[in-house]
Amino acid sequence: MGFAHMGFDVLHTVIPFNTARAVHTNLLVVWLLSGFMGAAYYIIPEESEHELVNVNLAYVQLISLAVVGVIAIIGYHFNYWEGRKFLEIPRPLDWLVVVNVLTFLGLILATLFKGKKRTTTALVLSMGLLFAAVLYLPGMIWFDNQTMDSFFRWWVVHLWVEGVWELIMGGILAFLLIKITGVDREVIEKWLYVIVGLTFISGILGTGHHYYFIGAPKYWLMIGGIFSAMEPLAFLGMALFAVAMYRKGEKKHPNKIALSWTLGTAIVSFVGAGLLGLAHTMPQVNLYTHGTLVTAMHGHLAFWGAYGMIVLAIISYTMPNMTGRKLYDSGIGTLAFWLSNIGMIGMTVAFGVAGVAQVYLERIMGLEFGDVQKEIQVHFAILVICATMFTTGIALFIYEFIKYGLPNNEALETK
Amino acid sequence: MLSKSQARAFFLGGTILSFAVFIALSWHTLSKEVPKNTNAQNLTPEVIEGKKIWEANNCMGCHTILGEGAYYAPELTRVYERRGEGYIKAVLMSKTPWSPRQRKMVAYGFSEKEADDLVAFFKWINATNLNGFPAKPKYNSTINNK
Repeated sequence: MGFAHMGFDVLHTVIPFNTARAVHTNLLVVWLLSGFMGAAYYIIPEESEHELVNVNLAYVQLISLAVVGVIAIIGYHFNYWEGRKFLEIPRPLDWLVVVNVLTFLGLILATLFKGKKRTTTALVLSMGLLFAAVLYLPGMIWFDNQTMDSFFRWWVVHLWVEGVWELIMGGILAFLLIKITGVDREVIEKWLYVIVGLTFISGILGTGHHYYFIGAPKYWLMIGGIFSAMEPLAFLGMALFAVAMYRKGEKKHPNKIALSWTLGTAIVSFVGAGLLGLAHTMPQVNLYTHGTLVTAMHGHLAFWGAYGMIVLAIISYTMPNMTGRKLYDSGIGTLAFWLSNIGMIGMTVAFGVAGVAQVYLERIMGLEFGDVQKEIQVHFAILVICATMFTTGIALFIYEFIKYGLPNNEALETK
Repeated sequence: MLSKSQARAFFLGGTILSFAVFIALSWHTLSKEVPKNTNAQNLTPEVIEGKKIWEANNCMGCHTILGEGAYYAPELTRVYERRGEGYIKAVLMSKTPWSPRQRKMVAYGFSEKEADDLVAFFKWINATNLNGFPAKPKYNSTINNK
């Protein structure tokens, strides 16, 4: 896609941009959801002190989700989709996703219910997952009116990423902090409540920032502006919380890589989701930046910082526990962390420069869209270089994951 | 210092209050304001058919509409006013990829009827009140002066 933006759209006849784009955003959503589900399958049994009620069914659920995902992606290449940003998967597959997610929730909630303990961390995480499932439904209603369609599409997309997903993130973060820093559970969970409270107070009415210019009334300009200006507070809370607990912690957990990802997610989500979101959320600014590459700038660092990194954090923490191999501080793991982060920050800067240039040339100077895009092509060269760096980092993470992921004799020996 | 039960009360109270306000405002927006701003009485069967074609081909995968979508191709909410019916139909019915300034659009080769439905959709959305978006540029446009 970066190359296409540079003017070399050689793949056009095989994979047109809209196909690549749908695959890109949908893979993001599916891998993050799989990550959240995996995290829940680990955390909920541990927190509730009860084994998952039906492990086989969980395998069926995982495999069927993957199968639906693969069918969807193949379908996109044959013009089989429902062209609504982030919700492109076609309707019959939507129903399969619903069944799949209900299975998942059934397993998690049954485990929680039968368990000995119901901790705040487990409750917040389960609540996030439950609401995420419920909020998927408004996105499945057909509307004749594009404005109504868009209005409810944001109930899914916005209330997921700036609402209930933050509950999931907060729950996972709290779990990791309890385990890694050894700070008292009561203290961590108290702040977890404060943070998720701030998330909902700012995030629910903050949905207004998607209603500025889509045919909704003017009062959303004010409501969206005020409440979305408060949204960074929740992320600031997470960042301060993670750093403060780390300082306060007396136990020094040996898993340095998990610690890097945990602190990283708290800090990068504040920058990417909080600050870069704030940069274009005011209606006066958004009037010019709405629907430009400025949105892509914010979107990339926000998803990476808040959700990509938390999933990698929980993987880094749980994998050594499950394989019994003490993979805590490897050179490759550290390199993966830094390369992917520096690469992603570079990409964000490239998007930002391209986006700001686009806003001034197109929206203020009045140049035609295509003329502007030719002027900003050079920034996509930088983007591709940084994306290569990012991908290298991720490849290293995957390499370590596969190499050390399967339990084998070596793992047994080191135990 | 704040206790855990106070923190929980803050979370639950804040959530319920925000959610109630949000639902009330959404109700007002959808029942009173949106039909007025979008001229809901003009949603003819052609417009609705146009919206279906719009979605079936994932036009949002490249373009934006109401400022939402991808940033690879031009924003189309006001395309009816900017380009006019003839230009739009030519692009939609073209059998070779439309490619102004290098970037290519998929050659959909729509029928006359499909192109008319999409034009009806663009014409309807062109009249939507968008609170001033897209802002008028401060200088003269370079459109059509090449």
